[in-house]
Amino acid sequence: MTAVQAPAGAGLTRLDPAALRPDFAILSRTVRNGRPLVYLDSGATSQRPRQVLDAEREFLEQHNAAVHRGAHLLAEEATDAYESARSRIAAFVGAEPDELVFVKNATEGINLVAYAMSNSSVRTGLGAESERFALGPGDEIVVTELEHHANLVPWQELCRRTGATLRWYEVTDSGRIDLDSLELSERTKVVAFAHQSNVLGSVAPVAELVRRARAVGALVVLDACQSVPHMPVDLRALDVDFAVFSGHKMLGPSGVGVLYGRTELLEAMPPFLTGGSMIELVRMEGSTYAPPPQRFEAGVPMTSQAVGLGAAVDYLSAIGMDALHAHELELAQVALDGLRALPGVRIIGPETLESRGGTVAFVVDGVHAHDVGQVLDDRGIAVRVGHHCAWPLHRRFGVAATVRASFHCYNTVDEVAQLAEGVRAAQEFFGVAGAGTGD
Amino acid sequence: MQLEQMYQEIILDHYRSPHGSGLKDPFDAESQQINPTCGDEITLRVKLDDAGEKVLDVSHETLGCSISQASASVLTDLVVGQTVDEAMRILAAFQEMAQGRGKVEPDEDVLGDAIAFAGVAKYPARVKCALLGWMAFKDAVVRVQDGKGATA
Repeated sequence: MTAVQAPAGAGLTRLDPAALRPDFAILSRTVRNGRPLVYLDSGATSQRPRQVLDAEREFLEQHNAAVHRGAHLLAEEATDAYESARSRIAAFVGAEPDELVFVKNATEGINLVAYAMSNSSVRTGLGAESERFALGPGDEIVVTELEHHANLVPWQELCRRTGATLRWYEVTDSGRIDLDSLELSERTKVVAFAHQSNVLGSVAPVAELVRRARAVGALVVLDACQSVPHMPVDLRALDVDFAVFSGHKMLGPSGVGVLYGRTELLEAMPPFLTGGSMIELVRMEGSTYAPPPQRFEAGVPMTSQAVGLGAAVDYLSAIGMDALHAHELELAQVALDGLRALPGVRIIGPETLESRGGTVAFVVDGVHAHDVGQVLDDRGIAVRVGHHCAWPLHRRFGVAATVRASFHCYNTVDEVAQLAEGVRAAQEFFGVAGAGTGD
Repeated sequence: MQLEQMYQEIILDHYRSPHGSGLKDPFDAESQQINPTCGDEITLRVKLDDAGEKVLDVSHETLGCSISQASASVLTDLVVGQTVDEAMRILAAFQEMAQGRGKVEPDEDVLGDAIAFAGVAKYPARVKCALLGWMAFKDAVVRVQDGKGATA
């Protein structure tokens, strides 16, 4: 519907951030002390190019209406725009349109699966096909110690409601899932894990985890929040059962995310939220439900946000996800080299680029992450500090908080080089510079 | 550089050698407070006199940033030896300053060294750090008054 203008430099095998930066107006503003913004927090939320903002505005100014209702022209156009976005996003992750459910964010997507399983577990009047999602005492849900709270707490809650047991793979010293730390069993019903750690940047051995889950008949739920925005991801090829990702981490709007589910699973799964739009037939005595994905999209959905996310995947496709991943790894190498050269700085997570994304987490001896972040902020550098919604992982590494730098297409080598300079300045400010070397 | 506005020398001094650091016995009540956004935590103990009217001692163990550690240290200096009422008045003044977005003029007569934290008020993300120890103190005093000394 909206012709998205291709970003400058699109199609080149090597990504040129300088050519893309004019698309991101926010990057030209100044921050504290009039310094240029150095935005190294895309793992929390990414910035949006004008192509995404334009697509949302164009939709709202020309086509806005409630989708999947009404027969007027605007309703038709709005529905077409919404479904076109679904198709393009599906193609972007190697899925069919009907396998994609729009949710408000990845957190809601995981909760949708957990609550659908919870509803199945009550075993009162749902169809026989929902029985495969039922859990009870003795059943197991398996996660890992490196999960974001969004892929941990919903499963803890599902266990509490059903009597199932939560188990988890531990994490190695180098920040990898320790595959030797747990054996799945015939009672394992779900294996849920992050494709890429939102803190450490380590990429999970998806094929091996899927193989193990399949061997015991467990469903695989992939938290793809930190992979889909940064690297080529083909969900069909990964052979996972469910996957989630959020729009705002992939140059798209907030308020929209995606739950992917294999068709036969979505067809068998009971709804989570119920109400308008998701029904087939409603009588006072009871109702039947629409086929997926509508079954899982109760109420008038977010629309301009979905259209914006469609524009975001167009933008990402034009850049090329292989080129983007290579670019982020180049930045990660600069960050790792610069930080490792500083005595007293410890990388938390993989120190090589093998099976890794761009995210880099670290601690500074003698300076709390908050204080490092404050010094960086004073220099215009925005990073995330704290536990990044992965508290158990931080406990595992014996730290309360880390500093995390994360990147996207618009970050430059020069910006990332400023990170290490800023950390060095923090060490000097707090009087711990040169600790351990005597210089 | 704005950094010095937040990290005034007096704050850095308290951070480097915090007062009241290390949990002490005897105590009447203990409170543990956690900042859920960053995982920082403080355990703070309070000893009041027999009448429950005067603060005899405060000790704490703080796992956190320079601001939270320095704030707990300054708190110790300000409230030990004060009546509970006076300590609560100081606490209220500190809280008003910390949450004032830099628009509250602190009263040095009430707050002493704690006026150094006025700069922190301009950074909303750090206000919780500055308040962590004070909230633990308030909670511990309430626990003594309610007759339940242990951490919840």
